[in-house]
Amino acid sequence: MLAEIGQFTLAFGMMLALLLAALPLYGYFTKNDNLMHTARPLAYLQFIFLLVSFLILVTLFITQDFSVAYVWRNSNLALPLRYRISATWGAHEGSMLLWLMIQTVWTAAVAFYSKSLSRSQVARVLAILGIISLGFTAFVFFTSNPFLRSIPAPFDGNDLNPLLQDVGLIIHPPILYMGYVGMSVPFAISIAALLGGKIDETWIRWSRPWTNAAWGFLTFGIVLGSWWAYYELGWGGWWFWDPVENASFLPWLAGTALIHVQAVSEKRNAFRGWTVLLAILGFSLSVLGTFLVRSGVLTSVHAFASDPKRGVFVLTLLAIYAGGALFLYALRANKLKSQGGFQLSSRETLLLANSIIFSVACFMVLLGTLFPLIFEAFGKKISVGPPYFGSMFFMMMMPMAVLLPLGMYYRWQKDDIKRVMKQLMPSLIIALALSLIVWFMFKPLNIKATMGVFGASWVFITALFYFKEYKGKLTRAVWGMQIAHIGVAIYIFGVSMTEHTDFEIDSLMQPGEVKIVQGYEIEFKGVEQKQIENYQASQGHFVVRKDGQLIAEMNPQKRFYPRRGNPMTEAAIDPGFSRDLYISLGEQINDKGGWAVRIYIKPFIRWMWGGGILMMLGGFWAATDRRYFRHAKQMKQKNIDKYLEA
Amino acid sequence: MNKTVIKALIPLLLFLTLVYLLYQGLGKDTRLLPSALINKPAPEFALPSLMNGKIIDNNALKGKMYLLNVWASWCPNCRVEHPMVTEFARQNIIPVYGLNYKDENATAKAWLNQFGNPYTDILVDDKGLVGIDFGVYGAPETFLVDGNGIIRHKIVGELNPQNIQNELLPLIEKYKNTVKN
Repeated sequence: MLAEIGQFTLAFGMMLALLLAALPLYGYFTKNDNLMHTARPLAYLQFIFLLVSFLILVTLFITQDFSVAYVWRNSNLALPLRYRISATWGAHEGSMLLWLMIQTVWTAAVAFYSKSLSRSQVARVLAILGIISLGFTAFVFFTSNPFLRSIPAPFDGNDLNPLLQDVGLIIHPPILYMGYVGMSVPFAISIAALLGGKIDETWIRWSRPWTNAAWGFLTFGIVLGSWWAYYELGWGGWWFWDPVENASFLPWLAGTALIHVQAVSEKRNAFRGWTVLLAILGFSLSVLGTFLVRSGVLTSVHAFASDPKRGVFVLTLLAIYAGGALFLYALRANKLKSQGGFQLSSRETLLLANSIIFSVACFMVLLGTLFPLIFEAFGKKISVGPPYFGSMFFMMMMPMAVLLPLGMYYRWQKDDIKRVMKQLMPSLIIALALSLIVWFMFKPLNIKATMGVFGASWVFITALFYFKEYKGKLTRAVWGMQIAHIGVAIYIFGVSMTEHTDFEIDSLMQPGEVKIVQGYEIEFKGVEQKQIENYQASQGHFVVRKDGQLIAEMNPQKRFYPRRGNPMTEAAIDPGFSRDLYISLGEQINDKGGWAVRIYIKPFIRWMWGGGILMMLGGFWAATDRRYFRHAKQMKQKNIDKYLEA
Repeated sequence: MNKTVIKALIPLLLFLTLVYLLYQGLGKDTRLLPSALINKPAPEFALPSLMNGKIIDNNALKGKMYLLNVWASWCPNCRVEHPMVTEFARQNIIPVYGLNYKDENATAKAWLNQFGNPYTDILVDDKGLVGIDFGVYGAPETFLVDGNGIIRHKIVGELNPQNIQNELLPLIEKYKNTVKN
């Protein structure tokens, strides 16, 4: 019965999305106030119905209703409660429902926080979001319905993919989707503005906190995914350039470019068209990512069942949304001409360079991801691996790090390079000295690592000095920017050190044997068999000492989940400020208890995620800048006045 | 139409091209795409073994029917597939050779230490040139080559109980008379 109610609320949500897409827009074009007024209540209602639908699916998992095919496929009686809950979004249908629910959360949030916009603006923005919900609700309802029954109900279910039975996977998808779907807000704002034929700084200012918030979530979601891959895949890597990872990275790159170009476009009335284009790009890449993951055109670890019907559906949605948006953009191109002039030597130029670097990086990642597909169309075959992405990305990010401080210190419109260099000289010297110190502490560093360390120091020092040099008021926007930039520095440092000075050793260890790795004495005590929750584990026991001091006891596992029958490697990690110790078990080699063991030392790997978290915090902090709210208050007052006059 | 509008149409045109490409990709399911090399002789190769560096070429494998499993340590799907390859090799139906594709020897060996080495021998294709000859699309891929050196089947993506049972085993049975001792 519950499943039918879930199905019903989903269908009703689809009706509401249809109304939200149609009524306010019709009202806008016919100048009918009453119809435009329906936008907000419809947005809230749609959110409530989708939330209920989603909670019903969670309940079906908690109560183990195996008569529902989706529950049956992804859960079983032995699955612990926390994973039964996260199993809701553990496979295609449920994760699309989550996607959709979050879409309505953003829509409702826009409805709630849009007091400063005029009625016709609210009506347009919410209607565009309604069009997006409509497409995806139809997608879920017609191709990926999670509430379908399979009668008679089997006695026990299958299992949740063991890779996904993990804390990281409880929070990673919701956060990532917040970011993914959040990109639809700046998209909707841009399209609404294009419909009205006018993009002024009010629009841009209003879309900035939304872009920042969505970008913050996206950053955090990607960090979580990377952290999960690191400890769960037992492989010591933190990024694989897998198509699905790229799918989340592409909107991030476009979003980063968008955030920076919005700064110009709000303050200087330049690059308005480029801003709109990037907003369109950001959301289109989110949809493209969904397409790549769900259609099966590319294979990946995130092996969701692929179905060509779904692929065609998402591709059609992509064609309608992005194609329609770009068409509208072309129609309005005449009105998007920039007014504010600026000279080559100015902050405008540098922020333009930033957005170009990020867009090119985005294009290169997209190209690498689609390369096999493109060649396929010409009847040729090729494959692209991490070597391509790794070196390409280094080439793109080095100029970014070098130019970043210039962008902060240059003045708008026109500045003198000599003045800026003079101002930056102390930072440059300190950054060079700092890199030198790091070089001698960890020598020898190879050329890439050295350049990375210098880039990190350069960004870090200039970001710190900015507080001293900055003459204006230190608003949250300025703080947010600097926190994020310090995050960039810390991230670059972490990557450079981890990638180029990590150490790994594979060896056969007998119980009682001690290996000395970079000063750590690692003693292997042996492996014991354990039955834990819903799996059996061969659990290794290692004792790590340094100079006779106990550092850590580590228990890597080799897990066996009987339902799916595949073994899983669960690494043991001793995290640290300046290094991670990482031990994973291979195979049992002989009957005397000897095991193949893999030991890594990963220097500064935490800094990478730490840097990502700072970027996220910076994004969120800047989104709460008073300016946006002060303006909101004023506009609200203005609207009330207007209303009273009428 | 003025110049601005024409310029503004460029993103739309690029996007439509992309959609066309994606649609083409959809039409052909990559996993089912038949290789142009099926029922043709396997391309010539001479590659060093990962184990001892000795060169292995087509002649060395003549008369044997074997699976050629393309894998790499950077390929996450190969990890997923590995237990299946191990299980298949353990049954001793036909030998399984590995083609270590665009990989580094050290990491490849480490990978095998961790997950086990089911292969009779492993050919090192670090530049991916032999992979191109075979039309390798990505890893993992698996080729069935019969005793006359003819490619009889290609599986793109992971081996699984279904494709082993329904695709490989019947073909192995059909071509077993090509095996010479």
